Amino acid sequence: MLHANNKSLNTPLEYRSENGRLNIFGFWIFLGAEVSLFATLFAAYFALKSGTVGGPLPNEVFDLTNTIIMTLLLLTSSFTSGLAINEMRRNSVKSMIFWLVITLLFGLAFLYMEISEFVLLVHEGASLGTNAHWSSFYLLTGTHGVHVSIGIGWIVLIIDQVRKRGLTPETAKKVFVSSLYWHFLDFVWIFVFTGVYLLGMVG
Amino acid sequence: MFDFIKENLILDEPLIVGANVSILLTLIGLIFALTYYKKWKWLWTEWITTVDHKKIGIMYIIAALLMLFRGGVDALLMRAQLTVPNNEFLSSQHYNEIFTTHGTIMILFMAMPFLLGLMNVVVPLQLGARDVAYPYLNNLSFWSFFFGAILFNISFVFGGSPDAGWTNYAPLAIEGSPGPGINYYLLGLQISGIGTLLTGINFIVTIIKMRAPGMTLLRMPMFSWTTLITSFIIVFAFPILTVSLALMTFDRLFGTHFFTLTGGGNVMLWSNFFWLWGHPEVYIVILPAFGIFSEVIATFARKTLFGFKSMILSLVVISFLSFLVWVHHFFTMGGSAAVNNVFSITTMAIAIPTGIKIFNWLGTLYKGRIQFTTAMMWALAFIPTFIIGGVTGVMLGMAAADFQYHNNYFLVAHFHYTLIAGVVFACFAGFIYWYPKMFGHKMNERLGKLALWFFTIGFNVCFLPQFLLGFAGMPRRVYTYVPEDGWTALNVVSTIGAIGMGIGFLILVYNVNYSWRHAKRETTGDAWNGRTLEWATTTAVPPHYNFAVIPEVSEIDAFWHIKQQKKEMKEESISYEPIHMPSNASTPFLMSVLFFVAGFGLVFALWWMAVLGGIGILACMVVRSTSSYRDKGYYVSVDEIRELEQSNQGEA
Repeated sequence: MLHANNKSLNTPLEYRSENGRLNIFGFWIFLGAEVSLFATLFAAYFALKSGTVGGPLPNEVFDLTNTIIMTLLLLTSSFTSGLAINEMRRNSVKSMIFWLVITLLFGLAFLYMEISEFVLLVHEGASLGTNAHWSSFYLLTGTHGVHVSIGIGWIVLIIDQVRKRGLTPETAKKVFVSSLYWHFLDFVWIFVFTGVYLLGMVG
Repeated sequence: MFDFIKENLILDEPLIVGANVSILLTLIGLIFALTYYKKWKWLWTEWITTVDHKKIGIMYIIAALLMLFRGGVDALLMRAQLTVPNNEFLSSQHYNEIFTTHGTIMILFMAMPFLLGLMNVVVPLQLGARDVAYPYLNNLSFWSFFFGAILFNISFVFGGSPDAGWTNYAPLAIEGSPGPGINYYLLGLQISGIGTLLTGINFIVTIIKMRAPGMTLLRMPMFSWTTLITSFIIVFAFPILTVSLALMTFDRLFGTHFFTLTGGGNVMLWSNFFWLWGHPEVYIVILPAFGIFSEVIATFARKTLFGFKSMILSLVVISFLSFLVWVHHFFTMGGSAAVNNVFSITTMAIAIPTGIKIFNWLGTLYKGRIQFTTAMMWALAFIPTFIIGGVTGVMLGMAAADFQYHNNYFLVAHFHYTLIAGVVFACFAGFIYWYPKMFGHKMNERLGKLALWFFTIGFNVCFLPQFLLGFAGMPRRVYTYVPEDGWTALNVVSTIGAIGMGIGFLILVYNVNYSWRHAKRETTGDAWNGRTLEWATTTAVPPHYNFAVIPEVSEIDAFWHIKQQKKEMKEESISYEPIHMPSNASTPFLMSVLFFVAGFGLVFALWWMAVLGGIGILACMVVRSTSSYRDKGYYVSVDEIRELEQSNQGEA
């Protein structure tokens, strides 16, 4: 029952098996839980924003150019991830993997810049234990960063599986679900960029 | 290593040493019995790695009953301490630990798993499905709950229990509580929370996507409806707990400043976050309870639930409001009158949809042909008792009056009237009602009623005096008092009631044993002349595939209508098809063990252990990703189905 192909050939590959449809729907629900998770982290950040005692203010240490580049990297990676899905729909495995690899490279560049930013901030006296403001800053951006890292590891695994098995309803489902995850991280970052960095520069 | 064990094993409290010894003896006994009867393989293949929702449900319920015992012993110890003034039975520290573990265990490791267990057993059957949407995840849900609970529970023999109340308020839980106790709380809840979240997702997808043909949402049984709404609350509320626990873990282990007194931290942020999860949590446990009562009352009043749609609407309204009332847990925080007013109004508004439900149940009983079975009597005991809990809740909801009730025994009595009369009565009612579905025979009715009378009378004798103690000014969470306070007489009465509840519980447990030996075995799947699809299986205990042929649904109370219509339907006309079933899984168990290892490492800041556990968890995820292709499940052949189904008919 779970593997029955009861949809027409116009249905995208990832939706053709019962299993695929269930997993994709469940993943949307999981993303709902993730929204709640990040909303709580944002709430903590905004509630503790003024707790800057004994440390630098955000507008003294933020480098906006750096953050804008990070933002553009992640936004572009979301776009290339979309291109990969487009290639998957055209059943072109090679170009799909090409765009997935590009996506990962953008993701890695983003991570590299985020980690260097953290190192720089620590040198300027804004570390995890400095005060409430910086604690909540690191937990929010760090949770996002950990999500990006997990996403990279996950997509690497999936690329390997597609190379071995080709595009089947099951591998296609995995690619599709991981791309949903990747877009979601981009969506969260937009709020980090505006809520933490842009507001941090003016506040 | 030896020093580490010597430092943390608690050997100076006679009560705990006694517990140590009995746990050790039980473990040795279990291992011996399993080895002697050669049951290890059976345990592994039939239970530990099972993905069958019915078996997972039974494991949840067994774990919940064990936790009910542990939490109940905690409660009796507290009552023993408070019976007379200036009592020195427990030290103040020990008392703090006991009320903390009592609250945490009863809510998170008793009420939730009991209800999740009943959901697991019943909901797929009610929907006419063969299993939940994600059987593999379901196994992971159970084991991560179980190992989270174990991690929390070993605290009292190894390192010391948490002692800051089940609400774990900062700064008491950070600056005020050194030692591993609070770490146990944080990590134990975190690990079991993973399981709860996964269950929430699992049931949403199961209920929305896997209903039998013809079962529209408005034809779905009420218990499935409450499970659906509850699952939505879980998905949006549990991440709040996840984050709050993580932030406090960072405060305690890595020197951050979220809820600290220094460095710009804000202690009230914890209270807000905790209750932003905690109040929806109250509805996570009470809504399925309402679902159980609805099923039991409809079955034994022989009527369709009165006002079915209004019941659904009130469920939705409650779930929405549950996220908007959290401040009523700390009206005394010092917020403005305007803030308190808003939350006062939202709190009282919840009484409206809840009141609607009371009328739904009364309307169902009205002119019904009521059968006074034990399950029904628990449901009937619930209605008036729960109303006392609800009405006192509205009293507490008035912000100005709450300054009088805050943190005294009036509050304690109130929430026990909602959680015991609501949730525990429902767990017992559901347990007894669905017992034949799980084990193939009913529980003894005479013993069941005896347990009911002991428990319900004991409950009222225990908690009614506590309302008065509240008015007399007795604060909660004090370990003793002086004779001049004038609280002695009421406390003595309360303790007598608690003993009655304890006896009731023991009779219930004895009844399990008694019925297993003596009860008549059920020959059909329809033990109570039921109305919903879980009773439509051919055997008392459904085969692992649940339904040989998925039933078609055309009405509310689907099975009732099938029974009315097709008495003359020929059995030979049924043609079977091979049934696809998922295969067992061992990775979730391993992964949960690793969660336990990592959690234990974090509790004692043994970083190597935490890192090893973490790497192991990631490795399990990699294994699952790369080997999911092999998890194809298997087919039950037509011959096998026919054989199973006919052998059942033969017995009948």
